[in-house]
Amino acid sequence: MPILECNNLTKTYAGVTALDHIDLAIDPGRIVGLLGPNGSGKTTLIKLAAGLLQPTQGQILIDGKKPSPETNAVLSYLPERIALSQWMKVTQVLDFFCDFYKDFDRAAAEAMLAQLQIAPNQVLKQMSKGTKEKVQLILAMSRKAKLYLLDEPIGGVDPATRDYILHTILSNYNPEAAVIISTHLIGDVEQILDEVVFLSRGQIALHDSCEAIREQQGKSVDQLFREVFKCWEN
Amino acid sequence: MSWEFQDHLPIYAQLMDTLKRRIVTGRYLPGEKLPSVRELAAEAGINPNTVQRAFSELERDGLIYTQRATGKYVTENEADIKSAREALARTQVADFLRAMQSLGFSVGDVIVLLQSFKESEEEIKHADSGM
Repeated sequence: MPILECNNLTKTYAGVTALDHIDLAIDPGRIVGLLGPNGSGKTTLIKLAAGLLQPTQGQILIDGKKPSPETNAVLSYLPERIALSQWMKVTQVLDFFCDFYKDFDRAAAEAMLAQLQIAPNQVLKQMSKGTKEKVQLILAMSRKAKLYLLDEPIGGVDPATRDYILHTILSNYNPEAAVIISTHLIGDVEQILDEVVFLSRGQIALHDSCEAIREQQGKSVDQLFREVFKCWEN
Repeated sequence: MSWEFQDHLPIYAQLMDTLKRRIVTGRYLPGEKLPSVRELAAEAGINPNTVQRAFSELERDGLIYTQRATGKYVTENEADIKSAREALARTQVADFLRAMQSLGFSVGDVIVLLQSFKESEEEIKHADSGM
């Protein structure tokens, strides 16, 4: 059974269509790139899956169920912006996650934080943006979820941080869980992906395996993206 | 050594090629345990299912084998390793000949060229050894 399923999923904001009759199924064990230019509907899709938005039409199912506290318990969502309280110390954030999520592995999070030499008594407000992003990713990946939704995890971080984030996603890989990564930095992530979904103006322009794209078209996913989303004609 | 992959070619095939090279050159010894799928994926920065696919194909070729519950190992069959090494060499030669043909050289021309190459190398060697 797919871990994420969209049937005829549509979302409009005051008459503006953000997602337009989407059909999509993502299986466990897959790392999926949700790719598209700005405003193509990536974040809307993720927020619908996380239960933060309601579909206008159609449905979205997590592990066969409509988004609810029950599905949120198996879903780890990394928002695009830093969503942690800035006054908190690292230990307090860890306490908070332990309270909220039964599947949070505190020891795993502490080990990853120690690896980065982030002190437990450090306050979030005092951290650089990149460090905060790393902390937030560690928290998201330290849950034993069935579905990870990572909204732009590598946007606006330096290349070393980006490598660390990709490494963390890979070293936490679980064949029972799916990871969905939204980004427009395709070249940076394509090697870790199984498959890609190209969103264009709220519709799925393409959904294929990365290796199939390379094998059948002799192109990188990045190249294909540039062709599909070419902004002008010569 | 860092892992480098070209994004416009299937990554599993590139990974297979690298692993094969490591096996035929003895960097991975016969009977040696290979890294796990997750370890290798994290180290090489590539998708775990891609690593799994490369392992499966190498297993089908007989270069590695799975021992239940403990992991994957390089074959102990030296004849298989030797023939994989020869197959890699043949691929290199074929690639080289194709490149030469695109420059207008026939296989015969290439052999003549290689012969003169060999002779000049031998001359240099002789000169170096003080003759």
